Amino acid sequence: MSIELIIGILQIILIATTPLVFAGIGELVTEKSGVLNLGVEGMMLVGAVTAFVTLVITGSYFLAFFISIFSGVVMSGLFAILVLFLMSNQIATGLALTIFGIGLSSMLGKEYIGTPIDGLSPWFFVIFSFVIVFIISYFFYKTKAGLILRAVGESHNSAHALGYSVVKIRFLSILFGGSMCALAGSYISICYAPMWQEGMTAGRGWIALALVVFATWKPERVLIGAYIFGGVTILQMNLQALGLRFPGQFFSMAPYLATIVVLVLISSNKLRIKLSAPASLTIPFYKGR
Amino acid sequence: MIFAFGSANADQKKVGFIYIGPPGDHGWTYMHDVGRKYMESQLGDSITSTYIENVPENADAVRAIRKLADSGHDLIFTTSFNYMDQTHEVAKDFPDIKFEHATGYMQADNVATYSARFYEGRMIEGHIAGHMSKTGTIGYIASFPIPEVVRGINAFYLAAAKVNPDIKMKIIWVFTWYDPGKEADAANTLINQGADIIVQHTDTYAPCQAAQKAGVYAFGQASNQEEFCPDAHLTSIEDIWGPYYAARAKAVVDGTWSSGDTWDGMDKGMVVMSPYNTKLMPSSLIQEAVNMEVGIKDGTLHPFTGPIYNQAGELVVPEGEVAPDGMLLGMNFYVQGIDGEVPQ
Repeated sequence: MSIELIIGILQIILIATTPLVFAGIGELVTEKSGVLNLGVEGMMLVGAVTAFVTLVITGSYFLAFFISIFSGVVMSGLFAILVLFLMSNQIATGLALTIFGIGLSSMLGKEYIGTPIDGLSPWFFVIFSFVIVFIISYFFYKTKAGLILRAVGESHNSAHALGYSVVKIRFLSILFGGSMCALAGSYISICYAPMWQEGMTAGRGWIALALVVFATWKPERVLIGAYIFGGVTILQMNLQALGLRFPGQFFSMAPYLATIVVLVLISSNKLRIKLSAPASLTIPFYKGR
Repeated sequence: MIFAFGSANADQKKVGFIYIGPPGDHGWTYMHDVGRKYMESQLGDSITSTYIENVPENADAVRAIRKLADSGHDLIFTTSFNYMDQTHEVAKDFPDIKFEHATGYMQADNVATYSARFYEGRMIEGHIAGHMSKTGTIGYIASFPIPEVVRGINAFYLAAAKVNPDIKMKIIWVFTWYDPGKEADAANTLINQGADIIVQHTDTYAPCQAAQKAGVYAFGQASNQEEFCPDAHLTSIEDIWGPYYAARAKAVVDGTWSSGDTWDGMDKGMVVMSPYNTKLMPSSLIQEAVNMEVGIKDGTLHPFTGPIYNQAGELVVPEGEVAPDGMLLGMNFYVQGIDGEVPQ
């Protein structure tokens, strides 16, 4: 194998994995605060379509990403109001958010399917995805604010008793998660495959959700998990193209399989603590109890 | 969502369509919708048409088809292979309604099937690729290992190897019809491994875009995709359903409809090549491609003309004969010269 070939493979892996890192790290922050948002796929799609439409209308990449991230804030803000103030079930609300996002993005993008655009180079975002993981890791484990966020996810009653605003912290965590998912979506429609097509994220939101569990709620492990998944996908394509027989289907299944294993393991309480699942995940917080 | 067109009229026949994707996909569903509009333009007031888009290939399809049947449609086209069982399930309950199932193989008294011989276009693409490839390596993005896709690969390779016997095919199975990101990954992987022509059997124009970016050539899929990748796009195989839809709707209007199985190709205009890219291809090659179209249309040229060997070196089509339709419909093997094996 020549050096050029290997560099080429690495480039494709980096480009393909970046959206998983963005969505995964966003969802990780949300879950660390004790909220499970299953709306990742829907927020990614809305982020993808708003970025694309903004770019077509204004011609500005900056505005495209700005509006896209704003759409993520709006979508996740809607979710936050429902689960934090109206105490709706997080799982059902998150699923509804995905279904809503699929429909909304199709509607918004109807006139723009097949509009040609000039794609943007992905490299800034690829680098940024590494930076953001290390920022989040630093934030969680080296800053007081990160400690508070984790405390809210572990035991909201204790955090509340200490005088921290559980709802405010969760709200901000959800908004951060939403904006990262939208960023992942806009990266897909502007850099990765520059186009708008309905449902073009093709299930990456669900992979991102699986990655958070696979990573046992640790930021660096989200990065590692995403690259194992992205790397295996691209490597099996390379082996196929080299004419080698390779069970591609098995490796597409691997992240989900790993997630199920982790989920089974954390169903026992001792392991749950060891694997650092936030103890208050999906449990609603009622003030004054 | 249901979209209805035209005004109601007592004698008017109602024609319904079930689409797997949105009509704006610039691929498979788009071309069925173009066909539907052509049918309307040909038959004027004698028909009105409706479609339901984004119908999944599961039990939801039964509901969608039944919805059209219940609302008084006289003819219903279901336009994806995996609507087969659902189409037959509903058709049993509505013996007076005519059904047409695209790319299927099961007929009934009120269910006809129809498909197009896309492999004829693959032969022309292969011939062009044989001339245009400098590296001698073709990258082929395949979706699912079904006969339709394998047939396309073989037809392409046989024609390309006739021009350049040393030509190499690199094939990536992506196990999806539709994932722009993954399609782009596959295209970039093939280009990285030395392919300078990208062929696809998936639904979006992401591979053609990737080829354009990398400065190599590509063939589009299902519809003319030149506007998305003008410096890469050599030609596309276009699916032209309009005349068939018009003829079948006319038969319902006239009361002459009968079930059957239609598998038409270039001769009936169901498979058409997009305009060849005059910026990229020498005029002599364009002329050869046009001549091949003529040959395919008049029957003097067939993509699967013997001798054809399988990978084990066994003669599957003897010299001077052409492969029978039965072999083409069940094709699950690569011909000799293609590396690797069809995934199981």
